[in-house]
Amino acid sequence: MSNESKALAAKSKRLDAKQVGNVLLNNALIIIMLLVAAYVAVTQPSFLSPRSLVNLLSLTAAYLPVALGIGGCIVLTGTDLSAGRAVGITACVSASLLQASDAANKMWPNIGTLPIPVVILISVGLGALIGCFNGFFVAKFKLHPFIVTLATQLILYTTLLLYVQQGNNKGMAISSLDQGYRDFVAGSIIQKLGGPNIPNYVIYALLLTALMWFIWNKTTFGKNMFALGANEEAARVSGVNVLKTTIMVFALAGAMYGWAGFVESARIASNTANTGVNYELDAIAACVIGGVSFVGGIGKISGIVIGVLMLRLIFVALPLVGMDQNLQYLIKGGIILFACALDMRKYLVKK
Amino acid sequence: MEQPALLEMRGISKEFPGVKALDNVNLTVRAGTVHALMGENGAGKSTLMKCLFGIYNKDGGTITLDGKEINFKSSKEALENGVAMVHQELNQALTRTVKDNLWLGRYPKVGGFMVSERIMDQKTREIFDTLEVNVNPKAIMSTLPVSQRQMVEIAKAVSYDAKIVVFDEPTSSLTEAEVEHLFRIINMLKAKGCGIIYISHKMEEILRISDDVTIMRDGQWVATKAAKDLTMEEIIKLMVGRELTNRFPEKTNEPGDVILDVQHMNGKYTRLKEVTFQLRKGEVLGIAGLDGSGRTEVLENLFGVMTRGGGTITLHGREIQNRTPQESIKNGFALLTEERRATGIFGIRDIRENTVISNLENYLMGGICLNDKKMKEDTDWAIQAMHIKTPSQKTQIRSLSGGNQQKVIIGRWLLTKPEVLLLDEPTRGIDVGAKYEIYQLINDLAKEGKGVIMVSSEMPELLGVCDRILVMSGGQLAGEVDAKNTSQEEILTLAAKYV
Repeated sequence: MSNESKALAAKSKRLDAKQVGNVLLNNALIIIMLLVAAYVAVTQPSFLSPRSLVNLLSLTAAYLPVALGIGGCIVLTGTDLSAGRAVGITACVSASLLQASDAANKMWPNIGTLPIPVVILISVGLGALIGCFNGFFVAKFKLHPFIVTLATQLILYTTLLLYVQQGNNKGMAISSLDQGYRDFVAGSIIQKLGGPNIPNYVIYALLLTALMWFIWNKTTFGKNMFALGANEEAARVSGVNVLKTTIMVFALAGAMYGWAGFVESARIASNTANTGVNYELDAIAACVIGGVSFVGGIGKISGIVIGVLMLRLIFVALPLVGMDQNLQYLIKGGIILFACALDMRKYLVKK
Repeated sequence: MEQPALLEMRGISKEFPGVKALDNVNLTVRAGTVHALMGENGAGKSTLMKCLFGIYNKDGGTITLDGKEINFKSSKEALENGVAMVHQELNQALTRTVKDNLWLGRYPKVGGFMVSERIMDQKTREIFDTLEVNVNPKAIMSTLPVSQRQMVEIAKAVSYDAKIVVFDEPTSSLTEAEVEHLFRIINMLKAKGCGIIYISHKMEEILRISDDVTIMRDGQWVATKAAKDLTMEEIIKLMVGRELTNRFPEKTNEPGDVILDVQHMNGKYTRLKEVTFQLRKGEVLGIAGLDGSGRTEVLENLFGVMTRGGGTITLHGREIQNRTPQESIKNGFALLTEERRATGIFGIRDIRENTVISNLENYLMGGICLNDKKMKEDTDWAIQAMHIKTPSQKTQIRSLSGGNQQKVIIGRWLLTKPEVLLLDEPTRGIDVGAKYEIYQLINDLAKEGKGVIMVSSEMPELLGVCDRILVMSGGQLAGEVDAKNTSQEEILTLAAKYV
């Protein structure tokens, strides 16, 4: 080998080492989380028991729709703080419309139990309407989504507090749900077919993920959303309807919260005005872990799924090794900060 | 004029708060011709095009395309009706692929809402083949060099099959071969009968490619002539509005002893390499070079905006570090940045705040409260000394003209009592009259004994204002010339040394 080619080889080797380092650093958070999970799995074998794994899967599925919705808002360099309350209000509405006909203190005694598809439409529609409201103010008045959705969050909370006072409910938890509803969401067809006890909403979450992947990658709306997040001006001069696309992104997110509310209501079976509180924070954290960047125009559905899974993994695993429950917020905060810093590092131009 | 008029813009007016950007402007573009639009920065060329393209709503006038009156409310409408535009700033979704950018706003659909990647690939190949553009359609935009991104933008504008294609400074980031390539594309469009509006500052290009030339000045139409009847001198005369004699004030400064000594300065993250030079008291030292040759990097490394990778800076025989701008200001440095709007002015704040911002510590009373009276006095001084034209100190700086904004920033730096002034493109985007005033200011500063280092891409300016000129090339110092005994040719030769 001549000296020149040796030098070249050395250079490419150094470059490789640097690239490997970069890949490691860019995925540092997920690596650390996997290490934590591995440690817990070794010290507490029960972590890997079928029951524990099903639990992990179920929790991931429960939190996934909100993250899938918020992901779009983040791709537009925005956020959505109203997600949790939107889940709360759609959960309470779903529950109130699907109480068993013989429930004591049934909120709306006169309407019986509505058909499930009708309630799904109402819940998802209500969510989408909330999203439209957010999107309209963001797109039309150029307000920062942080401000708009903060306002919506507060407005929704009062609406929710008032709603649970209605009918015969008088502010109590809305429970005694219709058995058909509970079975539809939290029952397990897989178990009936002889498999493990995986609740139906895991299947729904899978379908939803496929649907969202399709929307993000295969439709004009999805491509317009990414272009808008990457460079709004470029999208505008290329003839993209910025107003419509923005409203649609928020509306789609709202529809996801509506679905999440419908599922959440049956999953926890007893709903109060506090259902769904702070879900947006978990969702934002999951998106950031999964590489949806606040820089805009960057994000993958697969990343969001991994993000939600990783976050749940930590919260299922750590209590098993005796972690104080109070520490969970510190860990969440740390994860968000760390993930965002790692993300920005990728886009920083060193001078 | 033999070919029929394809586009007629009559009496176009557009007003922005405080500025009449367009005043009764006319433009007629014939089918199958290239119509060049010329004028100094701020003459209203881009504004006129934005009125055509539906980005701005015009306040008055009519636009007729192919005999029909049009008034586009959005870019979408313009594109759908046969007007496409290559924008001056690269407007691209950098995180997306080339083909996603190419078809943005009009993705080929299947089933009403799904994007057909297959048709998109096919159409991308077709347009790239026709135009002989050699770019990978699947590449992420941000990974491409600027010139290739520009070619994608050009291909995009052409692919709309528009009747009118506007090129707003398309060649600013293209290599010579790519400029030839662009001209081939333009000739192709001409042959198809398109009307082309071409905005550029490069006279040679204009005279070579265009059929008609319209010249604008200060938002007004000045002249429309056939290109073959025009010479470079005539165009300049029409653009400027008067003969260009005495473009530079008489030099009255006298360089003294060396005050600043820079040895082997390297950039840590930039490609600045081994830059060594000295600056004398009362001297104006120019830095020439091509775009990207490291001119700005010399100033920003010196001022601590960029991190140095090695080298020493000695001021008055004492070694200094200048690790951050704060430290540099304390050491008596001042930096007028290249991008006035982005890194110079605080647009929505008033003249006074913009003037005192780098010097706030000097206005503290008892270390807590700012002394309004003293700030007002100093701002008054700056307004008078710099000849700043402003209604009051409380005027938002963004409502001033570029030249006056620049004078405010120079005033800001003079209040910090600097010894070394670093000026990066001090006359960029400033009209000719104001340029002269800036030159006079630079001369006066040097005469008072300050050391001035000035970066400029306008060579006559460097030759007219500086004492010595350093020439950068490829991140290195290619040579040093005496401004009195050099020529543009010598500087250009040096500038190409390490390219």
